[in-house]
Amino acid sequence: MMKDKIKVGIPRGLLYFKHEVLWKTFFEELGCNVVVSPETNKENLNKGIHYSIDESCLSAKIYMGHVDWLRNKVDYVFVPRIASYSKQNQTCTKFFAMPDIVENTFKDIKILKYNLDIANGKTERAGFIKLGLSLNKNIVKVLFAYRKAKYKQLENERKQTKEQEDILEKTDKIKILIVAHSYNIYDKLIGFPVQDYLKKLNIEVIYADKASKDESIRASYKISKSLYWIYNQEILGAIELYKEKIDGIIFLTTFPCGPDSLVNDLCIRKIKNIPLSYILIDELQGEAGIHTRLESFVDIITARRLRLCL
Amino acid sequence: MSVEYKISFPHMGNYYIPIATFVKNTLNAKICLPPKITKKTLELGTKHSPDFVCVPFKYNLGNYIEALENGANVLIQAGGGCRFGYYSEVQEEILRNLGYNFKFFNITSRTFKPLLYYKMFKEINPMLTIKNFLYSFYLIYKQIAVLDKFEDYIRENIGFQINDGDFKRLEKKFHDELITIEKIKDLKSISIKYTKLLKEVPINKPNDCLRVGIVGEIYVLMEPFSSCFLEEELAKKGIEVKRYINISYLLFSKEHKKTNTLKLAKPYLQYNIGADGVDSVAHSKVLAKKGFDGIIHIKPFGCTPEINCMPILEKISEDYKIPILYFSFDSQTSETGVKTRLEAFHDMLLMRKEKNKKWKELT
Ligand code: SF4
Ligand code: SF4
Repeated sequence: MMKDKIKVGIPRGLLYFKHEVLWKTFFEELGCNVVVSPETNKENLNKGIHYSIDESCLSAKIYMGHVDWLRNKVDYVFVPRIASYSKQNQTCTKFFAMPDIVENTFKDIKILKYNLDIANGKTERAGFIKLGLSLNKNIVKVLFAYRKAKYKQLENERKQTKEQEDILEKTDKIKILIVAHSYNIYDKLIGFPVQDYLKKLNIEVIYADKASKDESIRASYKISKSLYWIYNQEILGAIELYKEKIDGIIFLTTFPCGPDSLVNDLCIRKIKNIPLSYILIDELQGEAGIHTRLESFVDIITARRLRLCL
Repeated sequence: MSVEYKISFPHMGNYYIPIATFVKNTLNAKICLPPKITKKTLELGTKHSPDFVCVPFKYNLGNYIEALENGANVLIQAGGGCRFGYYSEVQEEILRNLGYNFKFFNITSRTFKPLLYYKMFKEINPMLTIKNFLYSFYLIYKQIAVLDKFEDYIRENIGFQINDGDFKRLEKKFHDELITIEKIKDLKSISIKYTKLLKEVPINKPNDCLRVGIVGEIYVLMEPFSSCFLEEELAKKGIEVKRYINISYLLFSKEHKKTNTLKLAKPYLQYNIGADGVDSVAHSKVLAKKGFDGIIHIKPFGCTPEINCMPILEKISEDYKIPILYFSFDSQTSETGVKTRLEAFHDMLLMRKEKNKKWKELT
């Protein structure tokens, strides 16, 4: 009889939205059964709030809700640590601590992880090899799985960038750039209602996180020279890259996000000539309030566009 | 004609003393100390800060504005913490938007880089020699150690002074002398003199007094105004206070190296959780093991590294049966709220102590 497949659970929150293809492909290549928790709903959120420290950001609370959903449904929950991509940059410290937080909060969960922290000599490849070997003794297979996963991830990112840039060239619709972390803009409770409503207002939504990461990071220095949170650089640079092609910018943030609070403030001071709006989502957010904000922002942009055309 | 430089920097506890000494000895320039932190400082800072940025940012900004208003034209930013590295760019932008004119020096760094600072300082004082610079560095290194040692003693004993105000008066005299030093030997004589004077302050300290350790984020630990003078409140209740974090510890102690603190924090932590979160975990474990009566964890509202360590502190509290009280400080923190919670905590610690005593007598 064949051995049962190992079930690996991936919480649908935080960095999942950036690494979906990489992670899924890797585990599947190694013969694991991947279970991703379902889209965020009120119940996840409440569970997440229950298992989090009060002052955690909403995004991290939701993540904890997803971890909780996976309990008892899988053999392992996948909670990597991603801290830095070079000596000069780092991620939000929330990502430094996720494995330790999860392990100290849930006693009954076994976690799988890798540690990416280039500033301290921990590369992604080494991390994946170690992780892979804990699941499959065959090093060739592990190496292959990582290569393939990485390739597919990058290809997927390139494709997304290309598709978006085509839209930017072709459409006549009003284009609004949303500057937000992937895990915020694509989350069912946080960003989805915003996207959805904008589309209803016949807006072409442009996503900052779909811009080419390397180009975006390089462009971000023009707005902020000492920024070292790489995920903020990745989305900030999109403003610089796309500024000629967009009609407005929305910063979407969860309460109380540390890095965003500083970066957004700087942007609002520095970026002139493009209408900006700033939306902060917290756990008690009602949709009605957001709708009014969006509507009036779209009105401003429409009026401005008319003026510019005349 | 060249402009006269007037240098300023944000407050943090009594560390304006070594910074001022250093600036005085290396830069041929005037120092413009920001006024002491008051409610107004915080209000000013808050008014011009991003909405929910952590509160040290607001204090710093308030200090800068007050200093600029007093004529400062060179500002220095120095600090640790996870967002501190980014503070200065945003602060500079805010201050320029407000219309101020100034030079801004950012010497923020998690590690010590004397040569880099030398270059910056030479820009202001071209006469500065490397020898003088390094000597001054050595001098403040020693000065900080003396300052911290003095404060440690006070922290452990001020709750038990027999005559109200003894320690405070002595501290004032000590500061006034400490800020004037120019040579290592001045420092030595001050150190000897005041160590002796400290020991002479009459105290009445019972062997079994309550002992509480304070852990948390470095700014609120070191700037008493920002924690609503929490340590003083504890002292008033006759509690001995232990705090590991001070500048000597952060900059010069080997123990603070991440690998070492991580070892101390085992088995609770595997990784660095950002800024000084590992220290909070490591020290809480040490305090618990040493049999302290309670721990108080303090942080600015929204401080991610310290929020990260809270689930772990909860676990330590459970494992070692040691109560932990948590405080978050921001610009709206009410002093009475803090006092009330401290009182309740104090009552609880006393009750536990009584209970334990009775239990011991019984068994
Ligand atoms: S960057 Fe902001 S939203 Fe993301 S984990 Fe950190 S605090 Fe939360
Ligand atoms: S450690 Fe806390 S207080 Fe310090 S910069 Fe980071 S978030 Fe702010």
